[in-house]
Amino acid sequence: MLSLTIAEKIISKNIGYTVRAGEYCEAKVDFIFGHDGSAPMAIQLLEENKIEKVFNPNKIGFILDHNSPAPNSKVSNLHKMVQSFAERHQCHFFNVGEGICHQIILEKGFALPGTIVIGSDSHSCTYGAFNVFSTGVGSTDLAMILATGRVWLRVPETIKIKITGKLPGAVYSKDLILYIIKQLKANGANYKAIEFCGDTLSYLSMDARFAISNMAVSVGAKTGLMVIDKKSIEWAKAHNISFADSVYPDENAEYIKVVEIDASRLEPQIAIPHNIDNVTSITELEGTKIDQAFIGTCANGMLEDLEIAAGILKNKIVKPGVKLIVGPASKRIYLEAVKKGIMEVLVKAGAIILPPGCGPCTGTHLGIPADGDNVISTGNKNFIGRLGNAKASIYLASPASVALASVKGKISDPRKENIYEQ
Amino acid sequence: MNNRDGRAFKFGDDVNTDNIISGKREYDTLDIKGLVKYIMEDIRPDLYKEIKEGDFIVAGENFGYGSSREYAPQVIKAAGIRAVIAKSFARIFFRSSINIGLPLLECNTDLINEGDKMEIDLQSAIILNKTSNSSIKIKGFSGLPVEIVESGGLVSYYKKRGYFT
Repeated sequence: MLSLTIAEKIISKNIGYTVRAGEYCEAKVDFIFGHDGSAPMAIQLLEENKIEKVFNPNKIGFILDHNSPAPNSKVSNLHKMVQSFAERHQCHFFNVGEGICHQIILEKGFALPGTIVIGSDSHSCTYGAFNVFSTGVGSTDLAMILATGRVWLRVPETIKIKITGKLPGAVYSKDLILYIIKQLKANGANYKAIEFCGDTLSYLSMDARFAISNMAVSVGAKTGLMVIDKKSIEWAKAHNISFADSVYPDENAEYIKVVEIDASRLEPQIAIPHNIDNVTSITELEGTKIDQAFIGTCANGMLEDLEIAAGILKNKIVKPGVKLIVGPASKRIYLEAVKKGIMEVLVKAGAIILPPGCGPCTGTHLGIPADGDNVISTGNKNFIGRLGNAKASIYLASPASVALASVKGKISDPRKENIYEQ
Repeated sequence: MNNRDGRAFKFGDDVNTDNIISGKREYDTLDIKGLVKYIMEDIRPDLYKEIKEGDFIVAGENFGYGSSREYAPQVIKAAGIRAVIAKSFARIFFRSSINIGLPLLECNTDLINEGDKMEIDLQSAIILNKTSNSSIKIKGFSGLPVEIVESGGLVSYYKKRGYFT
């Protein structure tokens, strides 16, 4: 009997014969989606080639999240193009304001454990935390998958990242993944899959785990997988999602590298402009002036992130002159945050609440910084110009660190606030 | 690929998709030709004025890191760049380039400087650096990506196999 990694098992099961790392194959896609940033180019390609049919409308979704609501008529015309394609082919469609593609794919149960989900967005690796082999592709791939239901894949080698120990107070899964990115570097897992394991994960909620897998692509990984456990089963049940086909790695599966991380001594981390792997302990940057803080994106716009931010912002106000922008990742999260009183805390503190979607992370609207501004964000990319102004600097940190920076007007260590008990 | 000499535009490691074409430029248009004037604008403004058909972009590790936006390889192709030559490519950029037929060559780019004139000899898998009068071995790709490139990209690959008739 061959011993297989999670990635090898999921792909082998999908294609009906055993494949190992390094082999090429063509897999059947269990779900595919595009968003307003990637779908128009794919639709145009299909039209140019007179391809009239999609492979299976039930397995296809379109989400308008990147520039929503549309900042100009050129964008709204592209939105219309995507919407009419989705309606014509009777695919799943999520309009402006429903939320970020990855959150919707998860909430609606389109990403099932043990299946292959492809998205034309780099952070499609997020569902790996729910045992889904999911990865990002471009628009030509999207178009061809829409037409054929198939995707070419090279079965990836796997890097195992074993994380042990409980995170200290005021240190979050965002700090953990930033630290891992620092260790592996931006291309440390290029073309590879990652399997995250170790007891640390069992202490983390699904929201916190998604935040880890979301940034697997930041080290170049194809996907960032985890196994199903008690917490993921609870999450699946709460969302009415089947986990029957979940996959575990074989004991003797081959890994090209094993990285061990001790989470128990981790400090809050921060990524410095303009590279994601330029990460340091937040203590190194304490006192750096902040002009804008952003809590949101597919990385950390989840309910738990808003809750953490509210924990910091309760009975406090955002420092005058500083902008705090909050973007819930989905309408469902927005509503939950309203019900739980989180929104009231955030708004009272001075936060600007955005409609569910990608917000300023696409660099086109909803919070473009001024020249020379320092922005601290829970997002996943700090590239030069990412927020629409190449003369601004972007720091990436946990929702706690971002919320605290908005109150203090400068980068601050959340461990020094006495409100944490863990 | 014709064999006329091309000039090298040299970049470092981790050139990302936002560097290649900024998000603020691409999200409201499908006019790739119209985006060429913004290529690398945040790290090398006015590059588009210097590029001539058949030139090369040369870089270090992890070229095309970041987003899945296919605008990045599409803009490079539309600018007339004959091939991107780098030590390594980021995964999504790699597959999108294969899919659209933008040639990517992997080699030790330390031996190429800004402005070097080069010629590609694909049959012998070497880059001839005419400025430094040296040759550099290209690392070969194998398997399905080669079949896709040889078909002329992913659409042609599927057409050849009788998918859309």
